[in-house]
Amino acid sequence: MTWLIRHLQALLGALGRMVRQPLATLLTVLVIALALALPAGLWVVVSNAAAATGGIAEAIEVTVYLKNDVALARAQQLADNARERTGVEQVTLTTAEQALAEFREFSGFGAALESLDGNPLPHVLNVRPARDAAGPLEVEALKRYFAAWPEVELVQVDTEWVQRLAAILELVRRALGIAALVVGVAVIAVIGNTIRLEIDSRRAEIEVIKLVGGSNAFVRRPFLYTGLFYGLAGALLAWLIVTAAVLALAGPVGALAGLYGSRFGLVGLSLREAGVLLAGGFGLGLIAAWIVAARNLARIEPRA
Amino acid sequence: MIRFERVSKRYPNGREALLNVSLAIEPGEMVFLTGRSGAGKSSVLKLIALLERPTRGTVTVDGANTSRLPSRAIPAFRRKIGVVFQDHKLLPDRPVFDNVALPLLVAGTPLRELDKRVRAALDQVGLLGKERVLPGELSIGEQQRVGIARAVIAKPPVLIADEPTGNLDHGLALEVMRLFRRFQEVGVTIVIATHDLSLVQESGQRVIHIDNGQISDGLVTAPVPPTAPESPSSGLRAGPGPDLGSLPNLQARR
Repeated sequence: MTWLIRHLQALLGALGRMVRQPLATLLTVLVIALALALPAGLWVVVSNAAAATGGIAEAIEVTVYLKNDVALARAQQLADNARERTGVEQVTLTTAEQALAEFREFSGFGAALESLDGNPLPHVLNVRPARDAAGPLEVEALKRYFAAWPEVELVQVDTEWVQRLAAILELVRRALGIAALVVGVAVIAVIGNTIRLEIDSRRAEIEVIKLVGGSNAFVRRPFLYTGLFYGLAGALLAWLIVTAAVLALAGPVGALAGLYGSRFGLVGLSLREAGVLLAGGFGLGLIAAWIVAARNLARIEPRA
Repeated sequence: MIRFERVSKRYPNGREALLNVSLAIEPGEMVFLTGRSGAGKSSVLKLIALLERPTRGTVTVDGANTSRLPSRAIPAFRRKIGVVFQDHKLLPDRPVFDNVALPLLVAGTPLRELDKRVRAALDQVGLLGKERVLPGELSIGEQQRVGIARAVIAKPPVLIADEPTGNLDHGLALEVMRLFRRFQEVGVTIVIATHDLSLVQESGQRVIHIDNGQISDGLVTAPVPPTAPESPSSGLRAGPGPDLGSLPNLQARR
Protein backbone atom coordinates (compact mmCIF):
# COMPACT_ATOMS: atom_id res chain seq x y z
CA MET A 1 0.00 0.00 0.00
CA THR A 2 2.76 2.38 1.00
CA TRP A 3 4.68 1.18 -2.02
CA LEU A 4 1.76 2.03 -4.25
CA ILE A 5 1.36 5.47 -2.70
CA ARG A 6 5.04 6.24 -3.16
CA HIS A 7 4.82 5.35 -6.82
CA LEU A 8 1.65 7.33 -7.20
CA GLN A 9 3.34 10.36 -5.65
CA ALA A 10 6.32 10.05 -7.98
CA LEU A 11 4.02 9.55 -10.95
CA LEU A 12 1.85 12.57 -10.16
CA GLY A 13 4.90 14.67 -9.36
CA ALA A 14 6.46 13.83 -12.72
CA LEU A 15 3.21 14.50 -14.57
CA GLY A 16 2.74 17.76 -12.70
CA ARG A 17 6.18 19.03 -13.66
CA MET A 18 5.60 18.14 -17.30
CA VAL A 19 2.22 19.88 -17.35
CA ARG A 20 3.66 22.98 -15.71
CA GLN A 21 6.03 23.43 -18.67
CA PRO A 22 3.62 22.71 -21.50
CA LEU A 23 5.68 24.13 -24.35
CA ALA A 24 8.94 22.39 -23.47
CA THR A 25 7.10 19.12 -22.86
CA LEU A 26 5.16 19.42 -26.10
CA LEU A 27 8.31 20.06 -28.15
CA THR A 28 10.07 17.04 -26.67
CA VAL A 29 7.03 14.83 -27.21
CA LEU A 30 6.73 16.11 -30.78
CA VAL A 31 10.34 15.23 -31.59
CA ILE A 32 9.85 11.74 -30.17
CA ALA A 33 6.55 11.34 -32.02
CA LEU A 34 8.03 12.35 -35.38
CA ALA A 35 10.93 9.98 -34.87
CA LEU A 36 8.63 7.09 -33.98
CA ALA A 37 6.19 7.92 -36.78
CA LEU A 38 8.92 7.21 -39.34
CA PRO A 39 9.29 3.45 -38.74
CA ALA A 40 5.60 3.11 -37.88
CA GLY A 41 4.65 4.74 -41.19
CA LEU A 42 7.16 2.61 -43.07
CA TRP A 43 5.64 -0.45 -41.45
CA VAL A 44 2.19 0.60 -42.70
CA VAL A 45 3.61 1.01 -46.20
CA VAL A 46 5.24 -2.43 -46.14
CA SER A 47 2.24 -4.28 -44.77
CA ASN A 48 -0.08 -2.57 -47.25
CA ALA A 49 2.25 -3.29 -50.15
CA ALA A 50 2.37 -6.93 -49.12
CA ALA A 51 -1.41 -7.04 -48.86
CA ALA A 52 -1.90 -5.31 -52.21
CA THR A 53 0.47 -7.61 -54.07
CA GLY A 54 -0.12 -10.75 -52.04
CA GLY A 55 -3.18 -11.89 -54.06
CA ILE A 56 -1.38 -11.46 -57.35
CA ALA A 57 1.81 -13.09 -56.22
CA GLU A 58 -0.06 -16.21 -55.25
CA ALA A 59 -1.70 -16.46 -58.65
CA ILE A 60 1.15 -17.96 -60.62
CA GLU A 61 -0.11 -18.82 -64.06
CA VAL A 62 1.32 -21.10 -66.69
CA THR A 63 0.47 -19.81 -70.14
CA VAL A 64 0.41 -22.53 -72.80
CA TYR A 65 0.45 -21.16 -76.38
CA LEU A 66 -0.82 -23.74 -78.86
CA LYS A 67 0.46 -23.92 -82.39
CA ASN A 68 -1.36 -21.72 -84.91
CA ASP A 69 -2.77 -24.66 -86.84
CA VAL A 70 -4.45 -26.35 -83.88
CA ALA A 71 -8.19 -26.37 -84.38
CA LEU A 72 -10.60 -25.09 -81.75
CA ALA A 73 -12.12 -28.52 -81.11
CA ARG A 74 -8.66 -29.98 -80.51
CA ALA A 75 -7.81 -27.04 -78.25
CA GLN A 76 -10.90 -27.76 -76.14
CA GLN A 77 -9.83 -31.41 -75.93
CA LEU A 78 -6.37 -30.37 -74.80
CA ALA A 79 -7.87 -28.09 -72.17
CA ASP A 80 -9.85 -31.08 -70.84
CA ASN A 81 -6.67 -33.17 -70.79
CA ALA A 82 -4.86 -30.42 -68.92
CA ARG A 83 -7.59 -30.41 -66.26
CA GLU A 84 -6.89 -34.10 -65.64
CA ARG A 85 -3.27 -33.40 -64.66
CA THR A 86 -2.68 -33.46 -60.90
CA GLY A 87 -1.66 -30.17 -59.38
CA VAL A 88 -3.76 -28.22 -61.81
CA GLU A 89 -6.43 -26.10 -60.25
CA GLN A 90 -8.04 -24.46 -63.21
CA VAL A 91 -7.64 -24.32 -66.95
CA THR A 92 -9.13 -21.52 -69.02
CA LEU A 93 -9.14 -21.67 -72.76
CA THR A 94 -8.75 -18.34 -74.49
CA THR A 95 -9.62 -18.91 -78.11
CA ALA A 96 -7.84 -17.06 -80.87
CA GLU A 97 -11.04 -15.12 -81.57
CA GLN A 98 -11.42 -14.00 -77.96
CA ALA A 99 -7.78 -13.04 -77.82
CA LEU A 100 -8.07 -10.99 -81.00
CA ALA A 101 -11.20 -9.26 -79.77
CA GLU A 102 -9.53 -8.38 -76.47
CA PHE A 103 -6.39 -7.24 -78.22
CA ARG A 104 -8.39 -5.07 -80.58
CA GLU A 105 -10.26 -3.48 -77.71
CA PHE A 106 -7.39 -2.81 -75.30
CA SER A 107 -4.29 -2.37 -77.43
CA GLY A 108 -5.42 0.54 -79.58
CA PHE A 109 -4.09 -1.25 -82.67
CA GLY A 110 -7.60 -2.05 -83.84
CA ALA A 111 -7.18 -0.37 -87.21
CA ALA A 112 -3.85 -2.06 -87.85
CA LEU A 113 -5.35 -5.45 -87.10
CA GLU A 114 -8.09 -4.88 -89.67
CA SER A 115 -5.43 -4.86 -92.37
CA LEU A 116 -4.24 -8.35 -91.46
CA ASP A 117 -5.39 -11.28 -93.58
CA GLY A 118 -6.30 -13.66 -90.85
CA ASN A 119 -6.02 -14.03 -87.08
CA PRO A 120 -2.31 -14.27 -86.18
CA LEU A 121 -3.09 -15.24 -82.61
CA PRO A 122 -3.14 -18.87 -81.38
CA HIS A 123 -5.48 -20.49 -78.89
CA VAL A 124 -4.10 -20.21 -75.39
CA LEU A 125 -4.53 -22.35 -72.29
CA ASN A 126 -4.20 -20.46 -69.02
CA VAL A 127 -3.29 -23.05 -66.43
CA ARG A 128 -3.41 -22.14 -62.77
CA PRO A 129 -1.56 -24.60 -60.54
CA ALA A 130 -3.21 -25.73 -57.33
CA ARG A 131 -2.14 -23.67 -54.34
CA ASP A 132 -0.20 -26.58 -52.84
CA ALA A 133 1.50 -27.29 -56.15
CA ALA A 134 2.70 -23.78 -56.90
CA GLY A 135 6.30 -24.21 -55.77
CA PRO A 136 9.11 -23.54 -58.24
CA LEU A 137 9.84 -27.24 -58.80
CA GLU A 138 6.22 -28.25 -59.37
CA VAL A 139 5.67 -25.32 -61.71
CA GLU A 140 8.80 -26.24 -63.64
CA ALA A 141 7.56 -29.84 -63.98
CA LEU A 142 4.21 -28.59 -65.18
CA LYS A 143 5.95 -26.40 -67.73
CA ARG A 144 7.94 -29.35 -69.11
CA TYR A 145 4.84 -31.51 -69.16
CA PHE A 146 2.98 -29.10 -71.43
CA ALA A 147 6.02 -28.30 -73.55
CA ALA A 148 6.21 -32.00 -74.49
CA TRP A 149 2.81 -31.89 -76.14
CA PRO A 150 3.13 -31.79 -79.95
CA GLU A 151 0.39 -29.16 -80.28
CA VAL A 152 2.17 -26.77 -77.97
CA GLU A 153 4.25 -23.97 -79.41
CA LEU A 154 5.46 -22.30 -76.22
CA VAL A 155 4.98 -22.49 -72.46
CA GLN A 156 5.56 -19.39 -70.39
CA VAL A 157 5.72 -19.07 -66.64
CA ASP A 158 6.01 -15.50 -65.54
CA THR A 159 7.34 -15.68 -62.00
CA GLU A 160 10.23 -13.26 -62.29
CA TRP A 161 8.27 -10.17 -61.41
CA VAL A 162 6.81 -11.95 -58.41
CA GLN A 163 10.32 -12.70 -57.20
CA ARG A 164 11.39 -9.14 -57.81
CA LEU A 165 8.45 -7.82 -55.87
CA ALA A 166 9.22 -10.16 -53.00
CA ALA A 167 12.85 -8.99 -53.08
CA ILE A 168 11.80 -5.35 -53.00
CA LEU A 169 9.47 -5.97 -50.07
CA GLU A 170 12.25 -7.80 -48.27
CA LEU A 171 14.57 -4.86 -48.88
CA VAL A 172 12.05 -2.38 -47.49
CA ARG A 173 11.48 -4.65 -44.49
CA ARG A 174 15.20 -4.69 -43.82
CA ALA A 175 15.36 -0.90 -44.18
CA LEU A 176 12.49 -0.72 -41.74
CA GLY A 177 14.47 -2.69 -39.21
CA ILE A 178 17.45 -0.35 -39.57
CA ALA A 179 15.21 2.72 -39.34
CA ALA A 180 13.59 1.36 -36.19
CA LEU A 181 17.01 0.80 -34.64
CA VAL A 182 18.27 4.28 -35.53
CA VAL A 183 15.05 5.88 -34.35
CA GLY A 184 15.19 3.91 -31.10
CA VAL A 185 18.66 5.27 -30.38
CA ALA A 186 17.51 8.79 -31.31
CA VAL A 187 14.51 8.57 -28.98
CA ILE A 188 16.72 7.36 -26.14
CA ALA A 189 19.08 10.27 -26.80
CA VAL A 190 16.27 12.84 -26.83
CA ILE A 191 14.58 11.56 -23.67
CA GLY A 192 17.90 11.01 -21.95
CA ASN A 193 19.07 14.53 -22.67
CA THR A 194 15.77 16.03 -21.51
CA ILE A 195 16.00 14.16 -18.24
CA ARG A 196 19.66 15.05 -17.80
CA LEU A 197 18.76 18.73 -18.10
CA GLU A 198 15.98 18.29 -15.59
CA ILE A 199 18.30 16.57 -13.15
CA ASP A 200 20.75 19.46 -13.52
CA SER A 201 18.07 22.04 -12.88
CA ARG A 202 16.84 20.20 -9.79
CA ARG A 203 20.23 19.49 -8.30
CA ALA A 204 19.57 21.54 -5.16
CA GLU A 205 16.31 19.73 -4.56
CA ILE A 206 17.93 16.33 -5.05
CA GLU A 207 20.64 17.26 -2.55
CA VAL A 208 18.05 18.20 0.05
CA ILE A 209 16.08 15.01 -0.56
CA LYS A 210 19.20 12.94 -0.08
CA LEU A 211 20.09 14.96 2.99
CA VAL A 212 16.82 14.10 4.71
CA GLY A 213 17.36 10.43 3.92
CA GLY A 214 15.87 9.97 0.46
CA SER A 215 17.25 6.81 -1.11
CA ASN A 216 18.58 6.68 -4.65
CA ALA A 217 15.43 4.80 -5.63
CA PHE A 218 13.27 7.57 -4.18
CA VAL A 219 15.20 10.24 -6.05
CA ARG A 220 15.25 8.23 -9.27
CA ARG A 221 11.58 7.30 -9.33
CA PRO A 222 10.07 10.57 -10.61
CA PHE A 223 12.66 10.73 -13.38
CA LEU A 224 11.82 7.21 -14.49
CA TYR A 225 8.18 8.21 -14.67
CA THR A 226 9.13 11.32 -16.62
CA GLY A 227 11.00 9.23 -19.20
CA LEU A 228 8.20 6.74 -19.38
CA PHE A 229 5.63 9.49 -19.96
CA TYR A 230 7.71 11.10 -22.68
CA GLY A 231 8.04 7.77 -24.47
CA LEU A 232 4.39 6.90 -24.09
CA ALA A 233 3.13 10.35 -25.12
CA GLY A 234 5.51 10.35 -28.10
CA ALA A 235 4.28 6.92 -29.22
CA LEU A 236 0.67 7.99 -28.81
CA LEU A 237 1.24 11.09 -30.92
CA ALA A 238 3.14 8.99 -33.50
CA TRP A 239 0.14 6.70 -33.72
CA LEU A 240 -2.14 9.70 -34.28
CA ILE A 241 0.20 11.03 -36.98
CA VAL A 242 0.30 7.69 -38.82
CA THR A 243 -3.46 7.25 -38.51
CA ALA A 244 -4.05 10.77 -39.81
CA ALA A 245 -1.71 10.09 -42.74
CA VAL A 246 -3.51 6.83 -43.54
CA LEU A 247 -6.89 8.58 -43.44
CA ALA A 248 -5.62 11.33 -45.70
CA LEU A 249 -4.22 8.83 -48.21
CA ALA A 250 -7.04 6.26 -48.07
CA GLY A 251 -9.19 8.10 -50.63
CA PRO A 252 -6.52 8.56 -53.34
CA VAL A 253 -5.14 5.05 -52.80
CA GLY A 254 -8.62 3.58 -53.12
CA ALA A 255 -9.14 5.52 -56.32
CA LEU A 256 -5.80 4.33 -57.72
CA ALA A 257 -6.57 0.72 -56.83
CA GLY A 258 -9.94 1.12 -58.48
CA LEU A 259 -8.18 2.13 -61.72
CA TYR A 260 -6.35 -1.20 -61.58
CA GLY A 261 -9.61 -3.00 -60.97
CA SER A 262 -8.65 -3.80 -57.39
CA ARG A 263 -10.77 -3.37 -54.31
CA PHE A 264 -7.64 -2.83 -52.24
CA GLY A 265 -8.02 -0.28 -49.45
CA LEU A 266 -5.29 1.30 -47.33
CA VAL A 267 -5.14 -0.19 -43.82
CA GLY A 268 -3.64 1.71 -40.86
CA LEU A 269 -2.00 0.25 -37.77
CA SER A 270 -3.99 -2.56 -36.20
CA LEU A 271 -4.67 -2.43 -32.48
CA ARG A 272 -1.93 -4.98 -31.97
CA GLU A 273 0.56 -2.93 -33.98
CA ALA A 274 -0.46 0.22 -32.14
CA GLY A 275 0.13 -1.68 -28.92
CA VAL A 276 3.62 -2.59 -30.08
CA LEU A 277 4.29 1.07 -30.90
CA LEU A 278 3.09 2.24 -27.48
CA ALA A 279 5.05 -0.47 -25.70
CA GLY A 280 8.11 0.57 -27.72
CA GLY A 281 7.77 4.21 -26.67
CA PHE A 282 7.17 3.13 -23.07
CA GLY A 283 10.25 0.90 -23.08
CA LEU A 284 12.52 3.43 -24.79
CA GLY A 285 11.50 6.14 -22.33
CA LEU A 286 12.15 3.90 -19.37
CA ILE A 287 15.52 2.74 -20.70
CA ALA A 288 16.63 6.30 -21.45
CA ALA A 289 15.57 7.53 -18.02
CA TRP A 290 17.21 4.60 -16.31
CA ILE A 291 20.55 5.09 -18.03
CA VAL A 292 20.68 8.83 -17.37
CA ALA A 293 19.29 8.70 -13.83
CA ALA A 294 21.63 5.92 -12.79
CA ARG A 295 24.61 7.82 -14.17
CA ASN A 296 23.76 11.26 -12.85
CA LEU A 297 21.84 10.83 -9.61
CA ALA A 298 24.41 8.72 -7.81
CA ARG A 299 26.93 11.51 -8.33
CA ILE A 300 24.82 14.10 -6.55
CA GLU A 301 25.59 14.09 -2.87
CA PRO A 302 24.41 16.64 -0.33
CA ARG A 303 26.86 19.32 0.71
CA ALA A 304 26.59 21.23 3.93
CA MET B 1 25.25 8.66 21.06
CA ILE B 2 27.99 10.36 19.06
CA ARG B 3 31.58 9.32 19.42
CA PHE B 4 34.70 10.54 17.60
CA GLU B 5 37.86 8.49 18.13
CA ARG B 6 41.09 10.06 16.92
CA VAL B 7 39.32 11.51 13.93
CA SER B 8 41.22 13.43 11.30
CA LYS B 9 39.69 14.95 8.23
CA ARG B 10 41.66 16.14 5.26
CA TYR B 11 39.78 17.51 2.26
CA PRO B 12 40.80 16.74 -1.30
CA ASN B 13 42.18 20.27 -1.61
CA GLY B 14 44.70 19.37 1.11
CA ARG B 15 43.13 21.36 3.93
CA GLU B 16 43.40 19.61 7.30
CA ALA B 17 40.03 20.39 8.87
CA LEU B 18 40.30 18.11 11.90
CA LEU B 19 43.34 16.65 13.61
CA ASN B 20 43.11 13.62 15.85
CA VAL B 21 39.84 14.70 17.45
CA SER B 22 38.15 12.56 20.08
CA LEU B 23 34.85 13.42 21.70
CA ALA B 24 31.73 11.79 23.01
CA ILE B 25 28.22 13.14 23.27
CA GLU B 26 25.71 11.29 25.40
CA PRO B 27 22.09 10.61 24.45
CA GLY B 28 19.86 13.56 25.28
CA GLU B 29 22.81 15.91 25.62
CA MET B 30 22.85 19.37 24.11
CA VAL B 31 26.30 20.46 23.06
CA PHE B 32 27.64 23.63 21.49
CA LEU B 33 30.53 23.62 19.08
CA THR B 34 32.32 26.93 19.12
CA GLY B 35 35.31 28.31 17.38
CA ARG B 36 36.21 30.71 14.65
CA SER B 37 34.93 30.05 11.15
CA GLY B 38 37.18 27.53 9.47
CA ALA B 39 38.21 26.02 12.79
CA GLY B 40 36.50 22.73 11.98
CA LYS B 41 33.01 23.08 13.51
CA SER B 42 31.26 22.35 10.23
CA SER B 43 33.52 19.39 9.59
CA VAL B 44 32.40 17.81 12.86
CA LEU B 45 28.76 18.25 11.85
CA LYS B 46 29.43 16.90 8.35
CA LEU B 47 31.07 13.84 9.80
CA ILE B 48 28.10 13.25 12.12
CA ALA B 49 25.58 13.62 9.28
CA LEU B 50 27.70 11.42 7.02
CA LEU B 51 28.10 14.19 4.50
CA GLU B 52 31.77 13.39 4.82
CA ARG B 53 33.72 10.41 6.06
CA PRO B 54 36.79 10.71 8.29
CA THR B 55 40.21 10.41 6.68
CA ARG B 56 41.47 8.65 9.83
CA GLY B 57 39.78 7.49 13.00
CA THR B 58 36.19 6.42 13.52
CA VAL B 59 32.94 8.28 13.88
CA THR B 60 30.15 6.35 15.57
CA VAL B 61 26.60 7.67 15.62
CA ASP B 62 23.86 5.73 17.38
CA GLY B 63 26.01 2.63 17.25
CA ALA B 64 26.84 2.87 13.56
CA ASN B 65 30.42 3.32 12.38
CA THR B 66 30.00 5.80 9.54
CA SER B 67 33.11 4.57 7.74
CA ARG B 68 31.76 1.04 7.50
CA LEU B 69 28.23 1.94 6.47
CA PRO B 70 27.47 0.64 2.95
CA SER B 71 26.06 3.29 0.64
CA ARG B 72 22.64 1.66 0.50
CA ALA B 73 22.36 2.09 4.27
CA ILE B 74 23.15 5.81 4.16
CA PRO B 75 19.57 7.03 3.51
CA ALA B 76 18.24 5.16 6.54
CA PHE B 77 21.15 6.52 8.58
CA ARG B 78 20.44 10.11 7.55
CA ARG B 79 16.80 9.75 8.56
CA LYS B 80 18.00 9.40 12.12
CA ILE B 81 19.66 12.82 11.99
CA GLY B 82 17.82 16.10 11.63
CA VAL B 83 19.93 18.85 10.10
CA VAL B 84 19.39 22.60 10.42
CA PHE B 85 21.43 24.91 8.19
CA GLN B 86 22.27 28.55 8.51
CA ASP B 87 20.86 29.10 5.01
CA HIS B 88 18.10 26.58 5.91
CA LYS B 89 18.19 24.94 2.44
CA LEU B 90 14.45 25.06 1.85
CA LEU B 91 13.05 24.32 -1.58
CA PRO B 92 11.99 27.77 -2.76
CA ASP B 93 9.41 26.53 -5.27
CA ARG B 94 7.54 24.35 -2.78
CA PRO B 95 5.14 25.56 -0.12
CA VAL B 96 6.04 25.22 3.54
CA PHE B 97 3.94 22.06 3.85
CA ASP B 98 5.91 20.20 1.17
CA ASN B 99 9.23 21.34 2.62
CA VAL B 100 8.39 20.15 6.10
CA ALA B 101 6.78 16.92 4.86
CA LEU B 102 9.83 15.90 2.83
CA PRO B 103 11.54 13.71 5.49
CA LEU B 104 8.26 11.85 6.01
CA LEU B 105 7.76 11.42 2.26
CA VAL B 106 11.16 9.85 1.74
CA ALA B 107 10.50 7.55 4.69
CA GLY B 108 7.22 6.40 3.16
CA THR B 109 4.96 7.69 5.91
CA PRO B 110 1.28 7.03 5.13
CA LEU B 111 -0.43 10.04 3.60
CA ARG B 112 -3.18 10.26 6.22
CA GLU B 113 -0.51 10.73 8.90
CA LEU B 114 1.33 13.35 6.88
CA ASP B 115 -1.07 16.22 7.36
CA LYS B 116 -1.36 15.71 11.09
CA ARG B 117 2.38 15.49 11.66
CA VAL B 118 3.27 18.46 9.45
CA ARG B 119 0.77 20.58 11.32
CA ALA B 120 2.12 19.36 14.65
CA ALA B 121 5.69 20.22 13.61
CA LEU B 122 4.65 23.66 12.37
CA ASP B 123 2.74 24.21 15.59
CA GLN B 124 5.89 23.45 17.57
CA VAL B 125 7.80 26.20 15.76
CA GLY B 126 4.84 28.59 15.86
CA LEU B 127 4.08 28.57 12.17
CA LEU B 128 0.72 26.84 12.11
CA GLY B 129 -1.40 28.24 9.29
CA LYS B 130 1.57 28.94 6.99
CA GLU B 131 1.36 25.55 5.23
CA ARG B 132 0.57 26.92 1.79
CA VAL B 133 3.02 29.84 1.88
CA LEU B 134 6.20 29.72 -0.19
CA PRO B 135 9.44 30.04 1.84
CA GLY B 136 10.35 33.26 0.02
CA GLU B 137 7.29 34.98 1.44
CA LEU B 138 8.40 34.32 5.00
CA SER B 139 10.81 36.34 7.14
CA ILE B 140 14.32 35.00 7.71
CA GLY B 141 13.44 33.90 11.23
CA GLU B 142 10.33 32.11 10.00
CA GLN B 143 12.30 30.38 7.26
CA GLN B 144 14.77 29.18 9.85
CA ARG B 145 11.93 27.79 11.91
CA VAL B 146 10.53 25.98 8.85
CA GLY B 147 13.98 24.42 8.51
CA ILE B 148 13.83 23.33 12.13
CA ALA B 149 10.35 21.89 11.68
CA ARG B 150 11.69 19.89 8.73
CA ALA B 151 14.65 18.69 10.77
CA VAL B 152 12.53 17.39 13.65
CA ILE B 153 9.35 16.17 11.95
CA ALA B 154 10.62 12.62 11.51
CA LYS B 155 11.51 12.57 15.24
CA PRO B 156 15.22 11.89 14.70
CA PRO B 157 17.22 10.92 17.80
CA VAL B 158 19.97 13.35 16.76
CA LEU B 159 19.61 16.97 15.71
CA ILE B 160 22.56 18.94 14.37
CA ALA B 161 22.50 22.63 13.53
CA ASP B 162 25.11 24.70 11.71
CA GLU B 163 24.94 28.35 12.79
CA PRO B 164 21.15 28.13 13.21
CA THR B 165 21.01 31.67 14.58
CA GLY B 166 23.60 33.17 12.28
CA ASN B 167 21.12 35.30 10.38
CA LEU B 168 18.87 36.14 13.30
CA ASP B 169 18.80 39.01 15.76
CA HIS B 170 19.26 38.25 19.41
CA GLY B 171 15.56 37.96 20.23
CA LEU B 172 14.89 35.52 17.41
CA ALA B 173 18.03 33.61 18.25
CA LEU B 174 16.85 33.14 21.83
CA GLU B 175 13.53 31.91 20.53
CA VAL B 176 15.26 29.34 18.34
CA MET B 177 17.39 28.25 21.29
CA ARG B 178 14.26 27.76 23.40
CA LEU B 179 12.96 25.53 20.62
CA PHE B 180 16.11 23.41 20.73
CA ARG B 181 15.81 23.14 24.51
CA ARG B 182 12.30 21.79 24.11
CA PHE B 183 13.57 19.07 21.77
CA GLN B 184 16.33 18.25 24.22
CA GLU B 185 13.74 17.85 26.95
CA VAL B 186 12.07 15.07 24.97
CA GLY B 187 15.38 13.24 24.65
CA VAL B 188 16.86 14.44 21.37
CA THR B 189 20.65 14.65 21.25
CA ILE B 190 21.53 18.09 19.91
CA VAL B 191 24.79 19.46 18.51
CA ILE B 192 24.85 23.12 17.58
CA ALA B 193 27.75 24.82 15.86
CA THR B 194 27.76 28.54 16.53
CA HIS B 195 30.05 31.46 17.10
CA ASP B 196 27.37 33.35 18.99
CA LEU B 197 29.07 33.05 22.38
CA SER B 198 26.57 35.11 24.33
CA LEU B 199 23.92 32.61 23.31
CA VAL B 200 26.10 29.76 24.47
CA GLN B 201 26.62 31.42 27.82
CA GLU B 202 22.94 31.99 28.37
CA SER B 203 22.14 28.38 27.59
CA GLY B 204 24.38 26.94 30.28
CA GLN B 205 25.11 23.85 28.22
CA ARG B 206 28.29 21.99 27.54
CA VAL B 207 30.66 23.62 25.06
CA ILE B 208 33.23 22.00 22.84
CA HIS B 209 35.65 24.55 21.55
CA ILE B 210 37.48 23.87 18.33
CA ASP B 211 40.52 25.69 17.15
CA ASN B 212 42.66 24.82 14.15
CA GLY B 213 41.05 21.42 13.85
CA GLN B 214 41.68 20.45 17.45
CA ILE B 215 39.35 20.54 20.41
CA SER B 216 39.43 21.76 23.92
CA ASP B 217 36.48 20.86 26.03
CA GLY B 218 34.24 23.29 27.84
CA LEU B 219 31.72 22.47 30.50
CA VAL B 220 28.22 23.27 31.58
CA THR B 221 28.07 26.91 32.68
CA ALA B 222 31.73 27.29 31.74
CA PRO B 223 32.72 30.91 31.65
CA VAL B 224 33.16 31.76 28.03
CA PRO B 225 35.31 34.69 27.05
CA PRO B 226 33.52 37.29 24.94
CA THR B 227 35.78 36.56 21.99
CA ALA B 228 36.94 33.21 20.76
CA PRO B 229 40.29 32.23 22.22
CA GLU B 230 43.27 32.02 19.94
CA SER B 231 44.43 28.60 21.02
CA PRO B 232 43.15 25.68 23.06
CA SER B 233 45.52 26.60 25.83
CA SER B 234 43.55 29.75 26.59
CA GLY B 235 41.26 27.30 28.24
CA LEU B 236 37.64 26.38 28.45
CA ARG B 237 38.37 23.67 30.93
CA ALA B 238 36.99 24.74 34.23
CA GLY B 239 36.33 21.74 36.38
CA PRO B 240 36.23 18.06 35.55
CA GLY B 241 35.27 17.01 32.06
CA PRO B 242 31.97 15.30 31.35
CA ASP B 243 31.68 11.56 31.40
CA LEU B 244 33.48 10.46 28.30
CA GLY B 245 33.92 6.87 29.26
CA SER B 246 37.22 5.35 28.40
CA LEU B 247 38.24 8.09 26.02
CA PRO B 248 41.78 9.26 26.65
CA ASN B 249 42.82 12.80 27.21
CA LEU B 250 40.41 15.00 25.33
CA GLN B 251 43.05 17.54 24.68
CA ALA B 252 43.70 16.79 21.05
CA ARG B 253 47.23 15.75 20.23
CA ARG B 254 48.97 15.50 16.94
